[in-house]
Amino acid sequence: MTAALTIAGYGLREALRRKVFVVVCLLTVAFVILYWIGNRYTFRHVADIVPPAGIDAQAFAGAFLFGMAMFGTLFLGTVLAIFLTLGVVRGDAERGLLQPLVVRPVGRGAVLVARFLGAAAVCVPYVLVLYFATMGLTGAEGGWWPDRIVTPGLELAGGVLVVAALSLLGSVFLSSIANGIAIFMIFGGGLVAGLLGNIGHVLNSHGLVHAAKIAAWAMPFEALYQDALREITQNTSGLTGFLLRLGPFGGAEQGGVALRLWVLAYLAIVGALAVAGFARRDL
Amino acid sequence: MSAALAVSGLAKRYGAVEALRGVDLQVEAGELVGLLGPNGAGKSTLVKIACGLVRPTTGRAEVCGARAGSREARAALGYLAEFFRFPGWTSADELLELHQQLAGSGGGEQERRELLDLVGLSDARSRRVEEMSKGMQQRLGIAQALVGAPRLLLLDEPTSALDPVGRRTVRTLLEELRRRGVSVLLNSHLLSEIELVCDRVVILLAGQVVTAGTPAELASPRGVEIDTDRGTEVHADAGRDDVPQFVEQLVRDGRKVYGVRVRTSTLEEVYVEAVGGETE
Ligand SMILES: Nc1ncnc2c1ncn2[C@@H]1O[C@H](COP(=O)(O)OP(=O)(O)O)[C@@H](O)[C@H]1O
Ligand SMILES: [Mg+2]
Repeated sequence: MTAALTIAGYGLREALRRKVFVVVCLLTVAFVILYWIGNRYTFRHVADIVPPAGIDAQAFAGAFLFGMAMFGTLFLGTVLAIFLTLGVVRGDAERGLLQPLVVRPVGRGAVLVARFLGAAAVCVPYVLVLYFATMGLTGAEGGWWPDRIVTPGLELAGGVLVVAALSLLGSVFLSSIANGIAIFMIFGGGLVAGLLGNIGHVLNSHGLVHAAKIAAWAMPFEALYQDALREITQNTSGLTGFLLRLGPFGGAEQGGVALRLWVLAYLAIVGALAVAGFARRDL
Repeated sequence: MSAALAVSGLAKRYGAVEALRGVDLQVEAGELVGLLGPNGAGKSTLVKIACGLVRPTTGRAEVCGARAGSREARAALGYLAEFFRFPGWTSADELLELHQQLAGSGGGEQERRELLDLVGLSDARSRRVEEMSKGMQQRLGIAQALVGAPRLLLLDEPTSALDPVGRRTVRTLLEELRRRGVSVLLNSHLLSEIELVCDRVVILLAGQVVTAGTPAELASPRGVEIDTDRGTEVHADAGRDDVPQFVEQLVRDGRKVYGVRVRTSTLEEVYVEAVGGETE
């Protein structure tokens, strides 16, 4: 266990020395400023318009904007998770970085766990900080707050952990570039599943909705994101609620406890596959 | 006490390539064994199996009595890969500290200083790896392999990037390790180096051991040359044991003897003969 912590710390120090965090922080600040400007103009505008009956313009705008911020948060967290993990096994082995570590009396499984923990230690706080910062901006500018405050953020963080786990698994079999491309494509696939779900709802096509749901659960970062979207407006009723249920980038699908249990099982399965694949690998 | 490294019937197949085909090899405690062979002979594969990076197809490999690749086996060895890289952002000292933690070595700062001294990097303690020449990195790699005082040291071409002075440092280091009773398996194609420091030499060709023995055993007689007042006499089939008789005869015949040379084959000749003139 101490060895795992040593390796996790080593991964973090690398990110620090390589100025990863400086770049990430600067770009994130730019994102937050942009989001703040968007909120400012939107809410100023919303105050001037008279919405159709049954629609609470303030709530609609707030939820819509914050839903977008949640997508931005998931996306940025995903980018971070992928880049921290895409070359952990094959990439580092091809560069000759991994062998000196693996030869030490540290289990190969411990190396994977350590790199996962290292990525989690960066990505989870990052996602939560960004989530609460954007929530605070929307609250301050428009006076709108999500119906659930904490759990949607945790679900986004969970989604990013799922991506990190997939990227680690991919790194066992693929070289860095191939793995990075593959994981981004899977992320894109999740988004497409969300869009299909939206279209399915609009067309009232049960088949499409069902297929989209299966796809989202197969890529559960998407299901978590959809569940998080659902939660921020779960008490919003009427037409506002109905329109919002469609969500900006993914249907606001019901996930709940079953989804969270599935995510835990999913992480365990992905982790087991990665450990088994790594154990069999010649370096 | 079990051998530092015991390998028997070891074979490794990478798809269609047979990298090793039934290799038997022992490195006894405190022994320094040189592993020679042309590129592709399987030297690196053998060493990687010994340190658990590669899984053998068949056969057995044990390090200090423990199955190669097991935690006990890895705890007993130090390894320098042929192609390795250390993260550019670490300093020499930090890198050694990381490996101390992973190896569970309690040597602390004193061990790190001593190791850097040993490889001639005491001035580069806080220099970052990316600011080091390849030769310095290789010496740092040797220091890294020595962290935690391993009983078996596996060095895969440790001097390929070193200049003559660096090579000499490594040779002195190997002699020092022998004094401390560390067992070493040294892959190299620098024959002179192996000849100078190794107790035993094993020549590998196409995944099989073709020749093995001490440098003295391998050096077969190549005749005797005697400088006399009438020029140099060459006895092509003679050896060291024939010298007194030759000299006695010459002196009896009233000739003058200025010098006698017993010729033996160099390791280079043994090597070229063993690998059938195959080039690297
Ligand atoms: N990972 C690998 N995949 C496929 N073939 C390999 C691999 N590693 C080594 N080989 C092949 O195995 C043989 C032995 O290689 P190696 O052990 O590196 O030889 P040496 O170190 O003596 O030069 C070579 O033919 C090489 O091409
Ligand atoms: Mg080699």
